[in-house]
Amino acid sequence: MPEAVITIRGLRKAYGELEAIRGIDLTVEAGEVFAFLGPNGAGKTTTVEIMEGYRPRSSGEVRVLGADPSEADRSWREQVGLVLQESRLVGELTPREVLAQYAGYYSKPRDVDETIGLVGLEEKADTRTARLSGGQRRRLDVALALVGDPQLLFLDEPTTGFDPSARRQAWELIAGLRELGKTVFLTTHYMEEAQALADRVAIISRGRIVASGSPDKIGGRRTAMVEISFHLPEGASAGDLPSPIRADARIEGDQVRLAAEDPVPALRELTGWATARGSGLPGLEVRRPSLEDVYLDLVDEEVAE
Amino acid sequence: MRSLRLVGHQFRFDQKVFWRNPASVFFTAVFPLLFLLIFATFFKNADIHGLGVNGATYYVPAIVALAVISATMVKLAMNLSSEREGGMLKRVRGTPLPPWVFVAGRVGNSVVISVIMVALVSVIGALFYGVPIPTSTLPALLVTLLVGAFAFSCLGFALAAVIPSEDAAPAITNAIVFPLYFLSGIFVPEDEIPSGVLHIADLFPVRHLFAALFAVWDPATSGSGLELGDLAIVLLWGIAGLLVAVRLFRWEPRSRS
Repeated sequence: MPEAVITIRGLRKAYGELEAIRGIDLTVEAGEVFAFLGPNGAGKTTTVEIMEGYRPRSSGEVRVLGADPSEADRSWREQVGLVLQESRLVGELTPREVLAQYAGYYSKPRDVDETIGLVGLEEKADTRTARLSGGQRRRLDVALALVGDPQLLFLDEPTTGFDPSARRQAWELIAGLRELGKTVFLTTHYMEEAQALADRVAIISRGRIVASGSPDKIGGRRTAMVEISFHLPEGASAGDLPSPIRADARIEGDQVRLAAEDPVPALRELTGWATARGSGLPGLEVRRPSLEDVYLDLVDEEVAE
Repeated sequence: MRSLRLVGHQFRFDQKVFWRNPASVFFTAVFPLLFLLIFATFFKNADIHGLGVNGATYYVPAIVALAVISATMVKLAMNLSSEREGGMLKRVRGTPLPPWVFVAGRVGNSVVISVIMVALVSVIGALFYGVPIPTSTLPALLVTLLVGAFAFSCLGFALAAVIPSEDAAPAITNAIVFPLYFLSGIFVPEDEIPSGVLHIADLFPVRHLFAALFAVWDPATSGSGLELGDLAIVLLWGIAGLLVAVRLFRWEPRSRS
């Protein structure tokens, strides 16, 4: 079996007293789009910068493309493309000029025009970068990371600050990278983004991975539970609810919440009770938690700990 | 071989970036010429006591010194600190481009701009103010120029290394160079400066670069015009700058995380 593109075992990073990374393990296989998800300050960028060779680690093992990134040499850099969280461009130059410059840094660069085409900047190829929109600049960032034709691409929060349509376009671009056979390591604080793009997701909170797996399964049991919520009808008190419901429900004021794997029996019980009283169930909602909810729950639990 | 080609590649890029940016062209190329026109016109026929030259002959080497320092130390300190804070240096550092090639491209860029500026100042001095272009002292001029540009480039990297943020760059850089220009006789003729002040200026490299350049233009110079003592002090400052830069220069933003 070929070696994984990224292998991390027991990674720790401390800044003085503060432990930013508290023991992380992860593996990314070739050709995978891997999303690293977490709120600001969770340790995402620190972890990525260790993998990119920018930061030393305190302890643990890190192998990226068969080498230790802290000893990254020129040939390793040839294989790795970086889209940093924030990196300005020279405003006076055009995308074509900046790309030609970066292409010169690599021994086997991708063709500049082809790279411009990959990110869909054909129409802006000869416009000075100062006049590009935020989304167009981000595409140029991706193009600069691709022009060396790397095997592995790090994208650090590629869509932060984008409006929804720019985000959709960026997603299409990133999805297209998979077809080029690239391994992509993506950090984001949007669950939606991870869900749209990634084969696998790891959620980091306070320096630890709190969940990992495919985006569909990551919530596990939590997404299997359906939440029923409604307000107590006028004139009814919590004590009036049918007893099986009362036993499972969380009641705050007149707001009643109830989680169930199969909502049908509970709903039959409730609707029967309400019909009998002739009152209805105001504000009734039946919903399955989204991955976003699961993610926020996981992160909250970790913070509350 | 490939590395040398890469230095050329990087140098051409830096040149393109420089000439396309109106602000950088103004501050590095036009500003010193304006100073030359102002000072050489006002003090054209003034007799600089003790040196036996007229004002124009005095200000041509003075502005050459200023132009070299602007093209090297000032330009590098401002550009590098702003590019570091903007994450541009970090991005370059993430490519296979060897750091020394990047540095060589930048220093080459500054040296070439310095040479162009020296040529412009000399020609303007000759055409408008009758200050002869150095001939017998031309080799001394070239040596002085190279030593000066190298030393002040090193100081530019050192200064960028200690500048904490983008906003602080112009303030810190100007707070260093402008007083030194005044103390060292670049703006105010040196016969107007108390000797105690000149002794202070003698500690710093600006005054010595100017002194070496003045010897090149001074009609009283009879030999080669090479002021080895002054150049040695400029070079020492450059080496000190290099050591600071090697120790403290960072490619990643300092003001964020």
